[in-house]
Amino acid sequence: MIFLRRQLPLLITMITGLIFAGQYYVPHPASEQLLTSATKWLQIIGGFALVLGVTSLFQVHAAKIRRKEAGWGYSMVLYAGMLGTMAVGWWANGKESVEGVSTAFGWVYNFMMVPLQGTMFAILAFFIASAAYRSFRARSREAAVLLIAAVIVMMGRVPLGEYLVPVSGDISQWILNVLNASVRRAILIGVSLGAVALSFKIIFGVERSYLGGGKE
Amino acid sequence: MLKKPPSVVLASFRPSTYPRGYASALHSLRPCWMVFLNILILIVVCGVSSAVVLAEDHLAVPANLQVFDTPNDGGQSLTVNWAPGALDSPDVRYQVLVGDAGATDVAALKVVAEFPAHTRLVKDAKGAWWTRTAERNWHQFTIRSGKAVELKDGTVYTVTVAMLKGEERIVGPLLQAAPTPNWFNWNLVNNLVLTLIFGGVVFFSIAHARRRDIFLRRIPGLDAVDEAIGRATELGKPILYLTGAHDMSDPSTIAAAVILGRVAKKTAAYETELLVPHRDPITMAVCQEITKQAYLEAGKPDLFKEDSNFFITSDQFSYTAAVDGIMLRKQPAANFFMGSYFAEALLLTETGASTGAIQIAGTDSDHQLPFFVTTCDYTLIGEELYAASAYLSREPVQLGTLRGQDIGKAMILSVIAIGILLATLGVATQAAWPQYFLDFFKDVK
Repeated sequence: MIFLRRQLPLLITMITGLIFAGQYYVPHPASEQLLTSATKWLQIIGGFALVLGVTSLFQVHAAKIRRKEAGWGYSMVLYAGMLGTMAVGWWANGKESVEGVSTAFGWVYNFMMVPLQGTMFAILAFFIASAAYRSFRARSREAAVLLIAAVIVMMGRVPLGEYLVPVSGDISQWILNVLNASVRRAILIGVSLGAVALSFKIIFGVERSYLGGGKE
Repeated sequence: MLKKPPSVVLASFRPSTYPRGYASALHSLRPCWMVFLNILILIVVCGVSSAVVLAEDHLAVPANLQVFDTPNDGGQSLTVNWAPGALDSPDVRYQVLVGDAGATDVAALKVVAEFPAHTRLVKDAKGAWWTRTAERNWHQFTIRSGKAVELKDGTVYTVTVAMLKGEERIVGPLLQAAPTPNWFNWNLVNNLVLTLIFGGVVFFSIAHARRRDIFLRRIPGLDAVDEAIGRATELGKPILYLTGAHDMSDPSTIAAAVILGRVAKKTAAYETELLVPHRDPITMAVCQEITKQAYLEAGKPDLFKEDSNFFITSDQFSYTAAVDGIMLRKQPAANFFMGSYFAEALLLTETGASTGAIQIAGTDSDHQLPFFVTTCDYTLIGEELYAASAYLSREPVQLGTLRGQDIGKAMILSVIAIGILLATLGVATQAAWPQYFLDFFKDVK
C-alpha cells in the first residue's frame, strides 16, 4: 500500500520529470509529439477534474442551503444560475448563435456574463485609487520615496503632466527603464532559481509534501 | 575607380622645392626622359584603374557556396552559407533558389527569398557561436518549410544562390542537400551545463546542510504566519488561504500548496477554521490531500473538514467576486495570498484590507508585487515564496536548497560583474575573445 501511495507517485514524478526536462533539449519531431500528447492528456484529465470541482461546488452550497447558513440565498442564486445556464446550453446545443441569430445561451453569455466580468474589472480603477491613497501617505521614508516616484511617473505618463513639467517624461522613463527594470530582473533571477531548485527537489523526491505531506 | 587623379600621381615628379641636395634621384632624369616616363605611367595607371572598374561592375558567382541540413533543429529546413562578395551593398541583391533533386536547369528552381546583399549574415543569426557553420561575416540563409516551399525530411533538394544587379544576374553552382531532424540542440548546451551545475550545487548544499547548521536570514512575512494564525484563533474567525491563478503544473502553485500544508498543520493545532477556495479542480484535490495529512500529523484528524478546500470557478473575475463575498461575509482574521496572480490581485487584497484582516502575500508575479506590497501587511517577494517551505519546516534538506539558491545567485552576480568588465575590455581593445565568454551566458535560453 505504501508503494502505491508514496513510492509509485515519486517514481512516476521522477521519470516524467526527467523525460520532460530532457525534452526541452531535443528538437526532433518525436520529442515535440511527446510534449503535444502529454499536453492533450493534461487537458483530458483537467476536463474530468472539472466534474470533481463542480461536485465540490454543489456539495458546499447544498450544505449551506440545508443548514440555512448566513448568505444561503446567494447559494440559491448560484444553483439557479448554474442550472439555468446548463439548461439553455443544452437547449441551444452549446451554440452561442445560429445563422447570425443569438441563442439563449449566447444571450446569457453576452448580456450577463460579459457585463458582470466588465463590472468586476472596472472596480479595479477605484481599488487602485483607494490602495494608492493608503499607501502613498508619507508615513515612513519608504512610503515617501514611493510617493515621490509615483508622482513623477504619473506626471510623465499623463499628457497634462508632461505639458506642465516637460522633464517629467524623461525622468519617468528613466525610473521605468533603469530603476524599475533592474529590480524586476533581479526578482526574476531569484524566481527562476527558486523554480529550478523546487523542480529539482520535486523530481528527485526531496520535496514530497505535495503528495499529501509528512514523511513515511 | 581611381583613388587619386593622375595629376596627383604626377605631382610627385614635379620639381622639388627642396634644395638640390634633397632632390630625388628621379629628378636627374629630366627633361626628355621625364616626359616619356610621365606618359608611360599615365597609360599604366589609367589601364589598371579601368580594369578594376570593369571587374567591379561585373557580378561574381557567390563564392564557397555550401548547402546543408540546418543543424540543431526539428527538420524540414536547409541552411545556405556563402562568402561575402566584393560587390555586397544595398544596390546588389541575392536570391535563394530551391528545386527538386533532379533539377539541372536554373529555370526549374523556385526563388524562395530575395534580399539586399549586405544583409543575412552569420553574425545576425540566432544560433550560439559554438554552433556557427561559417565566419561571422559570411552570408547565411535558412530555408524553412512553409508557403514558399515545402521541404520534407529525407528528401534531397537542389539549392543555389544568385547575385543580381539591375537586369544582370549570375547564378552559383547547383548544390544538393536533404533536411533531417536532429536529436540534440547544441545551441542549448550552455543552458544544460548551467542547469547541471546549479543542480549539483543544490544537492551539495543539501548534503552540507545535513552535516552542519545553516544560518537562515529572517523573513518577516513567514515569521508573521504564526502571528496571523494566533490572531484568528483569538478572534474565533477563520483563515482564508488562496493558492493563486495557475494550476499544479506551475511551480508557484506547488510552492503555495506546500506552504498550505505548514499553515494547515498550525490551524489544526490551534483548532482554527481554514477556508481554501480554488480556481483549479486538480489543485483542489491535491490541497485536500495536503490538508488532510496536515491535520493527521497535528493529531487532529477529527477536525479535518472535506469542504475546507472547495472549488469556485476557473473564471478570473467570477472567482474574485466569490472570494470577495467570502471575505465580506465570513470576515476572516487572516488572508494568505500565495502563488501566481493577475488583475484580480488588487481586487482581492483591497477587499481583505477593508475587512481589517492581517494579510500575507507571496508571489512570483512581479507585475502584481506593487499591489501586494501596498495592500498587504507582509509580502514574500519572488523567491521567498519558494523559500517559505524550507523556512517554515526548518528541515536540513529544505534549508540546503535555500543555500544552493543563494550560491546560484552569487554565481549569477559574479558572471554579471565579470561580464561588465569583459564587455568594457572588449570595446576598449576591439578584441573578439570577450564576446565568446559573453555569448556563452547571453545565449542561455
